[in-house]
Amino acid sequence: MLNEKIICAGFGGQGVMSMGMLITYAGMLEGKQVSWLPSYGVEMRGGTANCNVIVAEDAIGAPTVSNDATTAMVMNLPSLKKFENDLLKGGKLFINSSLIDVKSSREDIDVYYIPANEIAVSIGSGKVANLVMLGAYVAATNVVSIDSVKKALRKVFGASKEKMMPLNEAALQRGCDLVG
Amino acid sequence: MEKVLMKGNEAIGAAAIKAGCRYFFGYPITPQNEVPEYMAKELPKHGGVFLQAESEVAAINMVYGAAGAGARVMTSSSSPGLALKQEGLTYIAACELPCLVVNVVRGGPGLGGIQPAQSDYYQATRGGGNGDYKLIVLAPASLQELTDMVQEAFDLADYYRNPVMVLADGMIGQMMEPVAFGEIPQRTLPEKNWATTGTDGDRVPNVINSLFLAPEELEALNIRLQAKYQTIKANETRCEIYQLEDAEIVFTAYGTTARIVKNAIKVLKAEGIKAGLIRPMTLWPFPEAAYQALPETVKCILSVEMSCGQMVDDVRLAVESKVPVAFYGRSGGMIPTVDDIVAEAKQLLGR
Amino acid sequence: MAIVFEKTKGLSNVETHYCPGCTHGIIHRLVAEVLEEMDVLPKAIGVSPVGCSVLAFKYFNIDFQEAAHGRAPAVATGIKRVHPDKVVFTYQGDGDLASIGTAEIVHAAHRSENITTIFVNNAIYGMTGGQMAPTTLPGQKSTTSPLGRDPKHAGMPLKISEMFATIPGTAYVERVSVHDPVSIRNAKKAIRKAFEYQVAGKGFAMVEVLSTCPTNWGLSPVDSLTWLKDNMIPYYPLGNYKTLEEVK
Repeated sequence: MLNEKIICAGFGGQGVMSMGMLITYAGMLEGKQVSWLPSYGVEMRGGTANCNVIVAEDAIGAPTVSNDATTAMVMNLPSLKKFENDLLKGGKLFINSSLIDVKSSREDIDVYYIPANEIAVSIGSGKVANLVMLGAYVAATNVVSIDSVKKALRKVFGASKEKMMPLNEAALQRGCDLVG
Repeated sequence: MEKVLMKGNEAIGAAAIKAGCRYFFGYPITPQNEVPEYMAKELPKHGGVFLQAESEVAAINMVYGAAGAGARVMTSSSSPGLALKQEGLTYIAACELPCLVVNVVRGGPGLGGIQPAQSDYYQATRGGGNGDYKLIVLAPASLQELTDMVQEAFDLADYYRNPVMVLADGMIGQMMEPVAFGEIPQRTLPEKNWATTGTDGDRVPNVINSLFLAPEELEALNIRLQAKYQTIKANETRCEIYQLEDAEIVFTAYGTTARIVKNAIKVLKAEGIKAGLIRPMTLWPFPEAAYQALPETVKCILSVEMSCGQMVDDVRLAVESKVPVAFYGRSGGMIPTVDDIVAEAKQLLGR
Repeated sequence: MAIVFEKTKGLSNVETHYCPGCTHGIIHRLVAEVLEEMDVLPKAIGVSPVGCSVLAFKYFNIDFQEAAHGRAPAVATGIKRVHPDKVVFTYQGDGDLASIGTAEIVHAAHRSENITTIFVNNAIYGMTGGQMAPTTLPGQKSTTSPLGRDPKHAGMPLKISEMFATIPGTAYVERVSVHDPVSIRNAKKAIRKAFEYQVAGKGFAMVEVLSTCPTNWGLSPVDSLTWLKDNMIPYYPLGNYKTLEEVK
């Protein structure tokens, strides 16, 4: 039964919060149980940010993901070091290889190296690196569908960002293609 | 009804505005800052007033003034801030003024931390200030319940002329979950003919006061308050009873912790251990009766809390020693895990 | 027969608990007369403090809220924000305003809350039995400064009007006294002005009224008036400390 526990982490401005929010929204649109919990307060200072997302069939207990993550998406090196060992055996680790030049030390998980920033820049803006990562995640896990994520884009970013949609969707697609 | 994904703290603000709250007085403290931030942005659009007070002490006294003047008003804070508001709360309770106070609880004692906790149970349910008084204390376990309770809190407050507290925790405040803003059951609310609005020259002055120097008068106030509290107890006590039938062990937990306990119950069930849950939804009045109607199969009760053992006192009083009551808790922002709870239950049952 | 004098409708017919010779009664009357003369009694809402004037809500014939010690300006803020068209005032003593309630009064002034504050300074805690106040004069004896206030130990008395004149949010600050008929007349003018500022929407206005406490000063009522004149006024000079702009 679906009980996906995700950690999204990176430094401030990499869009890790919205990456998690998009999965959450997409899950909600699919009628799944969802929760999203950000790191907050002092933990947010110093430039790193992370959030916990749960997408499940059954009602969610604690919205926290600690040492029981099924997926981790890390956008920078400190996040890899901090969260790599929180993955359960068989979990999936998505590494932003544009900014992280080391390999995972885990051998009991699936690791995906996604050059998220390079791809994002190549299609027009480094800012959508998070969506490249997200596209790869969706293709690799099928926890939520790419269509739901596209719908969620409009919910999370709002109508005012409509002109960004072609770029956003392109970034998602490139991420999908990389894995799928 | 459309579901939207909202952060708990923002859902508190949205629900309050939907319930007609137009005045918010508060002071910044983590992890509830999104409540005042939301109100600062949204209240003016609804013709309301948001004011950042110079302290929690001032904020609660502004609430006292506005509630006395007849307005739907609220404040929110987190644990150390709530401690500062206790002075105002006892005045508000004594003067029987309706208002909503939200406490997004963080770990203590002292400055403590900013991670979620349930260690303000005493502070909420004992009437943290001086004298004999009670707040109605609502304890939501999900964001949907949070929005429903915040909306209803204003009606409860007006109906009983009593301050109401919504006791959440840092997790409820910070997390996002789908919520739908539905209609809440309507109550016929009494007119606020006691409010200080100016006499307009056509009535005797209204006075909001809690000073009664004559012992007979002060006792009369207490007798009236206690009678009201009995009515609230009879009418407003709420709890969720979950899988109690044939249970060997009954957990009791509120708020976020109850969600984790439900997952633990599932794990136990898979291992052939029948477990149930009593989840108080009102912490005051406490759902005592639920603990007196336990099935014969129950061998023990386990109170699970994000504290060092506070609600467990009320559980023991309610159980009246009919079955053993045990406690398991984490504190300081640590969150009990399903595995911990399962292990604790098995140990208690000798499995 | 023509009526030449009538008690103000702003005060109730309750006998006050104030000690003989205490000037709270005069100040109550001045406030009530001003509210009546301005024709705002029906829309006046008062906030009483903790201190000797804690029971002011019984003596004024208008809506009132009794506040926790020092918190009257916060309570008045709550009321005024709900009823901006009403006339809201606090009536506070020196322990209430200048000691436990400094945060609330400073910030009400700082926000320029459109309220009026009547600050009664009698240089002592009256209700609790004559303890030292932040306004107690150097050398003045009280039950908690039995040898007289020692500024090295307890600091110099706080000059509230001078201090509030420096707060950008204050619109009108004046110090008055009630020790003789002339000063009483001047006090009434200042109180009226402070309420006119509120009605005109000009922001925070405060009148500090030097007052007596014969009981705790250990003086006769008449000697108390003389003591006020000879000892308080030199340290707390009367006069206007701030007038943002004239209000007609």
